Amino acid sequence: MIESITIVGGHGRSGAPEPVRQIELKMGNVVSIVGPTGSGKTTLINDIELLANGNTPTGRRILINGDIAPSAYRYDPAQNPIALITQHTNFLSDLPVYKFLETHARIRNKTAQGVDALIDQVLSFANQLTGEPIILTSRMTELSGGQTRALLIADATIICDTPIVLLDEVENAGIHRTRALQLLREHKKIFLFVTHDPRIVLLSDFRIIMREGSVAEVLTTNQDEKMLSVGVSALDDTLCQLRDKLRWGKRLRVEDLEVLA
Amino acid sequence: MNLAIVAGPATTGKTSVIRHMIPKLQQAGKKVAFLKIDVQYAEEDVELADEFQIPTRKVYSGELCPDHCNVMVLGDALEWAEEQGSDVLLVETAGLCLRCSPYVEEVLGIVVLEATSGMNLPLKVGPMLSLSDIAVVTKIDRVSQAEREVFRARIQDVAPSVLIREVNALYGIGIDPLVEAILESPEVKGQLYLRGNPPVGTCTICVGKKEVGWQSHFGVVRSLENQNFYRGQ
Repeated sequence: MIESITIVGGHGRSGAPEPVRQIELKMGNVVSIVGPTGSGKTTLINDIELLANGNTPTGRRILINGDIAPSAYRYDPAQNPIALITQHTNFLSDLPVYKFLETHARIRNKTAQGVDALIDQVLSFANQLTGEPIILTSRMTELSGGQTRALLIADATIICDTPIVLLDEVENAGIHRTRALQLLREHKKIFLFVTHDPRIVLLSDFRIIMREGSVAEVLTTNQDEKMLSVGVSALDDTLCQLRDKLRWGKRLRVEDLEVLA
Repeated sequence: MNLAIVAGPATTGKTSVIRHMIPKLQQAGKKVAFLKIDVQYAEEDVELADEFQIPTRKVYSGELCPDHCNVMVLGDALEWAEEQGSDVLLVETAGLCLRCSPYVEEVLGIVVLEATSGMNLPLKVGPMLSLSDIAVVTKIDRVSQAEREVFRARIQDVAPSVLIREVNALYGIGIDPLVEAILESPEVKGQLYLRGNPPVGTCTICVGKKEVGWQSHFGVVRSLENQNFYRGQ
């Protein structure tokens, strides 16, 4: 059972030791990684995903339950405890959606309870996040960016069903974020969001602040911020509603912004 | 002498993988020699010699298939590497027509495939994959994790006993197990034998007959209706 992961600091781009030497993430934690573009956010989650052991350019080490991860985690996909959803929004895979999910469920040893039921579950999760629904007979390469990301999130949550999920800038995917956060919160896992989205940051337990390739600071979401998060969510919901209205070909009206007054 | 034969389609990252293996083998106290077999253009021998100060050779197979060329020159190459005082010979070969494989009995055979090459590639490369010991998957950072896992499943379907190792050849992550496999492989000695069966010989095309259509040929002929899945055995 995975209870915690520990990020042991390496060095920044200049070679200087990372200011924050150790971060422990416990099961159930929701954590954001923030920082300007190029500050090393994606590199940090890549280190986690590779279960770095001083062998990546940052020199970081990732411990599971305080120990070096067993090599089976890397070499047997069925045991890999980490699911990573990258910024790549295109599939190269030339398979139909059903075949892809079926193959993935098989290698993840998740076929016991019936493949079709599992695939239905993935599809219904994914289709709550997209505009146009995903169809099982579509080829993976035909899916839009949003559909792809929605499918990957659903796949990571239901087929991979890993204790640790890494999401890289999920807000850029053109998916229903509020719904995604709700659905994800129903599963007790360690979630790490690389994000620029205030709503996701304020809903996190704490945030890792990146600067020049290093973890510069770790900030716990304080009481003030937790109170602010209600207002930020309302603001974000309003923007989402405006976006949806435009998407569905409707006109915007002055009253649409009155909720904010 | 330890010998490893690294095969794989063009541009999959064979040389990048070897480039990360060499310093690790050197750290383990091994003297490495390198042979590149390609059809018509290669400069890896010059690059690797410069980078690691190791003896390197290249051979152009030209009108021969690279795998055929490998069978011809491997004995000489081992003698050459011995003369250079090397402990490990790494052979990189393009392989080509996918009918036979360049692997040799009792010698480590590594195939390098890229995760970006499509889900059907493992089914298309025949004995180059199915007769290898280790399948190295490169360019893993270019696809989603889900896709990587499905690619791995497709390899396992074709070659259930082949060990799969994912590497990031940009940073050299995942190279250690390959280096260990080379160090643990038996020393080469005596007569070497090609792994798997070579394709059936007496090819009428090879001897210069240019007419299209099986009716114009003799020996090994095949019609459109005659299909089989080829594993090299």
